[in-house]
This record gives sequence, C-alpha cells and structure tokens, in this order.
Amino acid sequence: MRHATALRIGPVGFRLGSDWPGPVAAIDDLYAGYPQPLDGIPDFTVRLFAARPWRRWLRPSVHIGGDYVLPDAAPLPLALGLIAAEMGMNLQMALGQRRYLLLHASAVERDGRALLMTGISGAGKSTLAALLMARGWRLMGDEFALVDPETGLVHAFPRLISLKNEAIPVMEAALPGARFGPRLEGTPKGTIRHLVPDAGSLAAMDAPAVPALILFPRYGFATETREVLPSETFLWLTQASTNYVALAERGFDALTRLVTQVPARALDYPDTDSAIAEVERLWASL
Amino acid sequence: MNRYRAAAPATLRIVPLDALTLIYHRASGITHIVDSPVPEILEALAGEALAVPVLLARLAERFELADGEAEALAARLDELAAAGLVERL
Amino acid sequence: MGLAVSGARILADALRAPETALRLDAAGWTALIAMARAEQLAGTLAHRLEGLAVPGAAACILADARASAAQGQTAALWEAEMARRALAPLEMPVVLLKGTAFAAAGLSAGMGRSIGDLDILVPRGRIGEAEAALIAAGWEWVKPDPYDDLYYRRWMHELPPLIHRERDRMIDVHHTILPLTARITPDAEALIADSVVLADGLRVLSPPDMICHAAAHLFADGDLAGGLRNLWDIHCLIGESGTQGLEARAAHHGLSAAVARAGRLSHALFGSAVPQAWRRTAGADALYLRRMLARDGWGRATRRLTRMGFYIRSHAIRMPPAMLARHLWTKWRKGHVPG
Repeated sequence: MRHATALRIGPVGFRLGSDWPGPVAAIDDLYAGYPQPLDGIPDFTVRLFAARPWRRWLRPSVHIGGDYVLPDAAPLPLALGLIAAEMGMNLQMALGQRRYLLLHASAVERDGRALLMTGISGAGKSTLAALLMARGWRLMGDEFALVDPETGLVHAFPRLISLKNEAIPVMEAALPGARFGPRLEGTPKGTIRHLVPDAGSLAAMDAPAVPALILFPRYGFATETREVLPSETFLWLTQASTNYVALAERGFDALTRLVTQVPARALDYPDTDSAIAEVERLWASL
Repeated sequence: MNRYRAAAPATLRIVPLDALTLIYHRASGITHIVDSPVPEILEALAGEALAVPVLLARLAERFELADGEAEALAARLDELAAAGLVERL
Repeated sequence: MGLAVSGARILADALRAPETALRLDAAGWTALIAMARAEQLAGTLAHRLEGLAVPGAAACILADARASAAQGQTAALWEAEMARRALAPLEMPVVLLKGTAFAAAGLSAGMGRSIGDLDILVPRGRIGEAEAALIAAGWEWVKPDPYDDLYYRRWMHELPPLIHRERDRMIDVHHTILPLTARITPDAEALIADSVVLADGLRVLSPPDMICHAAAHLFADGDLAGGLRNLWDIHCLIGESGTQGLEARAAHHGLSAAVARAGRLSHALFGSAVPQAWRRTAGADALYLRRMLARDGWGRATRRLTRMGFYIRSHAIRMPPAMLARHLWTKWRKGHVPG
C-alpha cells in the first residue's frame, strides 16, 4: 500500500497500510516509543483504504480492512483516520487472536501482580486504569488483557489509552505532563482523545504478571463491594472474551484456572476518587 | 420408550465450582454451566442407555424425589438432548 | 510491492513444496500469511509447514492457525453429528459434502481446512421430511423473504439455508450438487447410491464423485472466490484416490470439461498426478490461473477487471439470462446489491 508502518504492542505485532499518509503519520507519532514486530513478521495486517480510487480525495472515507474483517463495519471520515487505525487493530485482536485468552478488560500491575477490571461499557475501566497509572501502577492495557493458557499469566497490551468525553479533562488534570493525541470530535463514541501510556509501562510491556484480583466496577452508585462467586465470574468473563470459544479446551482451562485462583469483587462507586481509594484498600487486604 | 445415553465421560471435563458446575464438552467444544442434578444425570447415563423410569429409580437411590418428578426429569433429558450432552436413542 | 506481479504464487508454491517458504524474508512471510488468511488457507498452510524451521514469529502464527483450524473442525463435525441425530429416525442416507466430509473421512484435504456451513445431500424425494426433522430439532429459516424462499425452492439445488437457533450455525440441505438452473445436471441418485458409509452412519461421496463435486463447485459456485482453496481440495483428493475411473464418472455427470480443467489447473499449480492429457494447460486456463492467484502482499484482491468478468460469468452459468434479469431486478428493487 502507499503508506505503511509496523509496530508491536506487548506480544502482538501489527502492520498498518493506508491509502492516505495521515493515519500512518498519526500512528507513527503516538506509537513512537513502541518496538517492531518480532522477527519483522507481524501477527496481523490492518488496511485503511478507499472503496473507490477517487474516494481518496473526494469526500474521503476510510474503510477498515485486514486479515480479519466485519462485513458491515462502517467507514470513518479521514479526519478520524487515527481511530480507524485503532479500530482496525482492535478488530484483528477481537476476531483473530488465538494465542492468548483475550479478555475485554483493563489491567494494571504492581509488584508483579495484576489487577483486572472488566464489565459493561461505561463502567470506567479505562479511566480507572489510567488513574491508577497516574498513581504509579504499571498500565498493562486499557482495553484487552491477554491470559496465557500455558502459564496462567497475564500479558500486557498497552495500546494508546482511549479516553472518551468526561474522562478527557479528568486525565488532563491528573497527568498534565503526559503525551496526548489530538482531540477527535464527532466520533461514533463522542469526543475521543488518546493518552500515551507512561514510559515505565512501555519499558515493561514484555513482562507478564500474576493475576491477583478481578474487579467488576460499576459507576453511579454508592460505594459498595461485593464478592463474586467463581461461577458468576466465569460467566461474566466468557461474555467479556471474544475468543473464549475459539480457544476450545485451552480457553476452558485458562478461564477455569483464573476464576478458581483469583478473587473477584463487584465494585460500585459514585466517583473516581472513591473508586481509587476502594481499589487500594482491596489490594492491601489481599 | 425412548432411552437416553450420556456423552462418553472421556469427552467431558467436569469442574464443580460453587453452586454451579462447569462442563466442557470436547466433542462439541461447547461449555455448559449447569446446576444439580445435571452432573448426576450424566453420571447415571454414562455407562448405559436408560429409559426414564429406570433412570428415575437410580436417581431416587441418591436423592429425595417427590411425586411428579418423572415428567420434570423427562423435560430435563430433552433439554440435555438438545444441548447434545445426552443422546436420545 | 513487487509481489503483486507474482500474486499468490508464493502461497501456491508453499502448499505444493513447503520448503520453498524457507527462502522467504520477513516481508515474504508477512505477505504469505496475509494471502493465506485472505484465501482461507491459513490452517492448510500451517499444516503443510509443520515441523519446518520457520522463523519464530511465523512458527507462533502457524501454530495458532493449526489450533484454530482444529477448533473449527470440532465445531463442524459436531454440527454433522447433531444433524445425524436429528435425521436418524428417518433412516435416509445423509451424505456430507465439502469440508465437513473431508474432515469426517479423515482425508488430507481436510488437514487444517477451514469449514463453513454444513452441507448435506439427501434424496430429492425426501427433502421435505429432512426439513421437518431439522426444524423440530431447533433449526430455523434464515431468509423469511418469500421471494428468496420461492427462488431457492424452485431453482437452487438446496433448501433455503437453515440456522440453528442455539448454536448459530448454518446447514444447507441439498438434493443435487448444482442448481437446477444450470445446464449441467449431475446424476444425484448415483451420487447417493455410490456414497461411502462412515462408522457413525453418515456418508461421504465416493472418491471420484468427490472430485467431480469439487470441480463443479470450483467453477459453478460463486465467482471463483476461494478458488485456490477449492483447487487445493482437488489436488489432495487426486493425490489420495488417484484418477482411476474419474473421466468416465465425470462424463456420466456431464462434468467432463470442469473436471478436466480442474485437473489441468491442479497439475499446473500443485503438480498433481493427473492423466497425460491434463498435464498441459489449454484454452482459458491461463486466465483462470491468473484469477486464482490475484492477491497482493497485503492480502488484497487484485485484477478487478478479471474478477468482474468472472462474476458475471458465474451468474450466467447458474441462471438462464431471462431469469438472471428477473432475479437482479427483484434484488435491486429491494435495495440489495447483487451477490
């Protein structure tokens, strides 16, 4: 393709090709510190392309393609090329990842042990992970946690942190010195601004961690913590995994081990300060 | 009368968790999350195919069964047959 | 990329002679993997390359592809088993077709092959019974549209597709292997009569019929999309069962031209052991080969003009022209894009 780049996020290598220079430049800029795919062979290919040649210039709209595609994925305007690239990489993970059990969860690490946060969209898992990073935790990922079926360890996937709407000023205030991407208005999810994970998180991206706590945060309620039974956790996590079925018995083993060995809690919270305090309290009590 | 036979034990991974039990069915690749008495039914039907009254008698040796359980058991067996964990012969 | 010139030739070469892949550099491996995924051949390629000293990153990707194919085969064989259970009381022959048949019979064509819907062949006079039994066992109509339904029933070689409400998997119940609109009408009764019974009671086509069906499928179904995989099926089937009696069988079904072309293409790309007459390309073979190899190093379809030609051609084969016009008109009016 006319414009191309490659990068590695945790254990996963990507190649990105584009009909336009913009998306590649945006990715190269924000992922500047990231390594290259192992052996120069990416796991996945993402393609951003114009449906018809003249649509490269005329009302340019970015179609997302690659090794794995959804037939009805709607194109994005070129101004949102960075989002298209991110969506393309996420799509490869969601549809094509077969080495690790993929959990739709954010993950942070301290002392070699990982905290996983998952739950419904809007529960704040991304924001909480970013705030914990601001407090010195290592960010392993704001979107996907990768569980290795062979070892039970969690591998990091520290892509750019995707901040939406109200989370943007919260993180701008919490991390005034951090690197942010451009403010992208009018995306399918409102306003989005990307936050580059801090240097410590990037330097340690190849170090896996032992899962130690699973949280199901829920925003908008009085602070309350409740134990979640293994069977309930199992059910929730199968819903939060895009490749549980595809991993067959390896997926069953990985998830069974996770829910029997790692405690799980539902955490209701009214505001992020309460949530962070409760997370620190739970962590200290493990 | 219909007889029922369970999937061969070697094709099942059964992991009791808390109130519920996980069953990974190797032949189908499907995970089932089940409550009692499903594991017991599968165990009773593992070796040989049984008709409902015989199965009911076997289960009665292990559980307190109330009147009208035969119909409920037949319904459970049809669900298990639809899920492929039990085959109707 | 320069690879666009040779297209998917590196993929065909790696399938035919796996050691050729060892000459690839990182960019070559990247292209090979993208093309294999685009052609639904990643699992097949991974099996062909198993045990070779490939670069570490490629080894991981190929191991994942093998595991993924294994899971796909488990699911496909389970669909066949559930269909067998649903149809068993009817005591009719049920013949598995295509990928599921290769996997169920343990054929090399099934090694790592991706398998989509379940395709079965049943006697034409009993297709209504089969339909009723499947619906009773939890399968449902996919297309409630009355025009589509009528179209399928009148002109296609299958029931409208059914989908299982719990497992979300499709089954296509056929009573022959080509649409009734096609000029060629294979002998469906002979396909069933000569089918081979497996241990569980399900059946697969006889070896020559499998090749005839694969050839018919390669040229008559779709626009040659997935052609490379279908041709690899034919190469594997020929390698395992030979071509003894194949030409006579193809003639019986009216598929001589399709089978001969499939044999020539398979020999040209994969070096299949075919009769002497098929060892040289003929007629439009070169066009077919170009079409099958039309992928670039990004996994993209290339040579759009060739593709469009094949698309129109494939519809023309399936439907006489007046019917084609009516079909397309009905589709457009409803706001569908043809295809």
